[in-house]
Amino acid sequence: MSKLTTMREAIAALVHDGDCVAIEGFTHLICFAAGHEIIRQRKRDLVLCRLTPDLIYDQMVAAGCARKLIFSYLGNPGVGSLHAVRRAVERGIPAPLELEEYTHFGMVARYIAGAAGLPFYPLHTFAGSDLPRVNPLIRRVENPYGSGAVYVVPPLHPDVAIIHVQRADQEGNAQIWGLLGVQVEAAFAAQHVIVVAEEIVDEAVIRADPNRTVIPALIVDAVVHEPFGAHPSYVQGYYDRDTEAYIAWDAISREPETLQQWLDEWVYGLSGRAEYVEKLGGQVWQRLKPGDAWSGRVNYGRYC
Amino acid sequence: MNDYTASEMMIVAAARMLADARVVFVGIGLPNIACNLAQRTVAPRLELIYESGVYGARPARLPLSIGDPCLVSGAVGVMPISQLLQYYLQRGLIDVGFLGAAQIDRYGNLNTTVIGDYQQPKVRLPGSGGACEIALMCRRVLIITRLSRRTFVEKLDFVTSPGFLEGGDARARLGRYGEGPAAVITDMGIFRFDRITREMFLASLYPGCTVERVQEQVSWPLRVADRLGTVAPPAEEELRILRQELDPAGRLRM
Repeated sequence: MSKLTTMREAIAALVHDGDCVAIEGFTHLICFAAGHEIIRQRKRDLVLCRLTPDLIYDQMVAAGCARKLIFSYLGNPGVGSLHAVRRAVERGIPAPLELEEYTHFGMVARYIAGAAGLPFYPLHTFAGSDLPRVNPLIRRVENPYGSGAVYVVPPLHPDVAIIHVQRADQEGNAQIWGLLGVQVEAAFAAQHVIVVAEEIVDEAVIRADPNRTVIPALIVDAVVHEPFGAHPSYVQGYYDRDTEAYIAWDAISREPETLQQWLDEWVYGLSGRAEYVEKLGGQVWQRLKPGDAWSGRVNYGRYC
Repeated sequence: MNDYTASEMMIVAAARMLADARVVFVGIGLPNIACNLAQRTVAPRLELIYESGVYGARPARLPLSIGDPCLVSGAVGVMPISQLLQYYLQRGLIDVGFLGAAQIDRYGNLNTTVIGDYQQPKVRLPGSGGACEIALMCRRVLIITRLSRRTFVEKLDFVTSPGFLEGGDARARLGRYGEGPAAVITDMGIFRFDRITREMFLASLYPGCTVERVQEQVSWPLRVADRLGTVAPPAEEELRILRQELDPAGRLRM
C-alpha cells in the first residue's frame, strides 16, 4: 500500500501542537524541508529532540515553534553559535526555551532505550561531570551482577520522527548510506515516522540490496518524495553540505530582524521545497554536486 | 618558509604528539587539522575516528565538519553512532582523544557548557557533544586551546568533561576510565600534568616565547618544569602540507 503524500499533508496529519518531534540526521540527512513546513504551518509548543539542534532548530526556535530542546550539542558546526537559541536561553527572546541536556552518548542511549522498549539504558559516561547535577533524569543504579554503579538514562519516545533518506519505496522501506547518525534509533523510538526520500524507487531496488535497508515500512506512517529536502545539510552522493549557507546563517541570525526577513523570504514566502529549490538556483546545485564514487557490487546469491 | 604563525606552531606540535598513536578520536576545528597533518607526516598508519560514525577516514580534502561527506568516501568503516560510542569508545579501543575548551582549570577539567550560572547563563556555549565521553574513555586526552586568562581559570563555571577533577587520585577513584589528560597544547608552549598532584605544569616553550608571557595568560601561579624544554619550530615539510593541503585558504595564517 502506498503511503506517498506531500510534505504539507504529512506535517498537517502527524505533527500537532505540543508534540515531541525528532528531525534527526548527524550533519548528514537533516530534513530542513520538514522543519520549514512545520514553521509554515505555525506549529506551537513543540519539544524538539536532536543530538545537534543545528540551523534547523535555530530557525524553528526563532519562528516560535518550540518550548523545549532535548539535545547534546548546541552549535553551528564548524562556525560558532546558534544565535536564535542563545537569545531564547540567555534573554527569553522571543520566548523562554527549556533545555534538557545530555552528552551525545546520553542522547544516543535515550533513543536506544526508546527503540528497544527498555525502561532505561546503562552507559559509562557522565562520571565527574556536572551534567547529572543539572539534569535529574541522569541517574545511577547499582550493578546487579557485581560491584559499582552505572549511569542510566530513560527512554526517549518522540511522538513523531522525521527521517531523511537517499531512497525509499512508496510503502516506506528506506535505505541510507554514508553517515547513519541515529536515524534508525530515532525512527524505532518514535510513535510515528515520516520518511522523506530523495528518490522513490521500486520495491525491487530495495530487495536487491537488503543490507542497506535501515527502516522498514512496518514502522512508517508517511512517505514524502522531496528532492534536495536536506539542504543546506547534505545527502551522500546527491549533494554536498552547503558550508557557505552555514557560514551565512551566522550573520543572518545575529539579529532577530534579519532572521525574520530570512524566514519571510525563504520559508513563509514559499509554498514548499520545490519553490525553494528553484529559488536557490541552478548555480548553487551545480556547486554542490559531487563527483561519482560508486560502491563495488556484492553477490547476494540466488537460492532456488 | 621559516616564517610561521602561532596557530601553525600549535597544530604542528599537536600533530607530532600522535607519533605513537594508532587510533585517534578527532574533534572539530584545530584537532581536525592536527590529526590530518599527523596522518600525512609522523603517523601514516593513524586511524582517524570521528564521532559522526566514521572509522579509518582518509579524507581527500580537509573535512569542514566532523560530519563532512569526504570522511565517508574511502573510509574503512561507517556505522551508526551508537555502535561507535559503545564498541569503539566505551570498549576502550581508542588511544587518543583531542579536546578543546572555553575554560580549563589546573587539573585539566574542561568547560564547554556555560559561562556564568547554568540556569541563568551569561553565555550559553554548545555543551558536551561527545566531549565528556571522549575525556573519560579515550586512553589519553590531548587538550588544544589558545592561552588566555579567560580560558585558563581558577575555577570552572561548569565541569563538562572531567580531567583530573580535584587532583591527586580523584580521577582514578571514578573507576574504569582512561588515564586522563596527557598534555595541553597552547599557542606558546605545552603543559603536562604532575604524576602525583595531577596539576598541570609548563613543560616546554615554543621558540621566542617566555615563561613570563605564558604566566600573564594563566589565572593561577604557574608551575614550571625543572628542565623546561624547547619545541622545534615547524619543519618545511610540515608547513608545506599544512599550507598547500590542509589550510589552502590560509585561516591559520591570519
